[in-house]
Amino acid sequence: MIGNFPYVAVAILIGLGFYTLIFKKNLIKIAIGITLIECGANLFLITLGYRKGSVAPIYTQAPEGMNMVLPTPQALTLTSIVIGVATTALILSIAMIIYKKYGTINTDEVRRLKE
Amino acid sequence: MKNEMSRIVRTVTTLIYGFIIVYGFYVIAHGHLTPGGGFQGGAIAASAFALLVVTYGDQGVKDFLKKDILSLVESTGLVLFIAFAFFGLGVTFFYNFMANSGGLFGNSAIIGINPGDLNTGGTIPIMNIAVGLEVLAALGVIILTMSAGSKNTKKKENS
Amino acid sequence: MKKSIFAIALVFFVAFMIVAAFGMRLFGEPIISEMDDYYIQNAQAETGANNVVTTIVFDYRGFDTLGEATVLFTAVLGITALFREAAK
Repeated sequence: MIGNFPYVAVAILIGLGFYTLIFKKNLIKIAIGITLIECGANLFLITLGYRKGSVAPIYTQAPEGMNMVLPTPQALTLTSIVIGVATTALILSIAMIIYKKYGTINTDEVRRLKE
Repeated sequence: MKNEMSRIVRTVTTLIYGFIIVYGFYVIAHGHLTPGGGFQGGAIAASAFALLVVTYGDQGVKDFLKKDILSLVESTGLVLFIAFAFFGLGVTFFYNFMANSGGLFGNSAIIGINPGDLNTGGTIPIMNIAVGLEVLAALGVIILTMSAGSKNTKKKENS
Repeated sequence: MKKSIFAIALVFFVAFMIVAAFGMRLFGEPIISEMDDYYIQNAQAETGANNVVTTIVFDYRGFDTLGEATVLFTAVLGITALFREAAK
């Protein structure tokens, strides 16, 4: 009996991600916030597909007489994770380039964009 | 540039990275039978590359981890994937024309719970291998490029 | 001032998400699952693979995987272009 607490975990993860995006100035921390929001979305997809008392949808040596969880959200989450890795690598590379150009990754001190 | 780690880390890395790569390819090859598949196996094998780069530095791995070859492997994987998607064009794009045909990977599976047969799945094992190669090489290129770029970043910042 | 407005908005956002989490259907009991039941029952006969998730990723929904591979390729292209001076 865990009720709807997985959805609450999703809400907390996405809330922490938005908190990081709004209040932190460090570009690395902003990347961590974006990753937290991604994790929340992935966890939401997985929890939507769960069926109580079921096993993973793989027939090799599966237990007898059990239901299987919904496979489509798992497949879409698999795609989403790889895209998350790609975008995170791109964000961190741009942060490295900004550090090379400006000597800082604080978004308030990257002033040359405004002038 | 000598930014190698200690002797303990180097010895353990030399012993273990081959096993990590082999385990990654095992996960790729059994993607249609057990949990796993192209993405996961490719990521496992790329973690061995990350271990090498962390241990020896990007100059130490220059001789046997070449970015050009990894780029070639990545493009090959993507082209193989799209080609096997086009081969099914007699019916539709991404049609599984090799399933249940009796040829390569063409055995039909036993319906229900079974111990698994490697020679099933049609185009799925081939696409697993293609995507596995692509993810492996893409993550390897990302690791190598960011490692080289970080060195450059430090140098510019000091001057 | 601006930060306090942001903080109030964030608190409301998270509060609404938590209320919505308790208002959703029960965890572990999907209502609509015809498509997934079709996949689970027919994937072995139609494709011959035991792993239903891999069947969906590479066969039923191959277009998703094609787009994903393109995104990964584009990310590698972008990173290589960003560090092109370091590559020399």
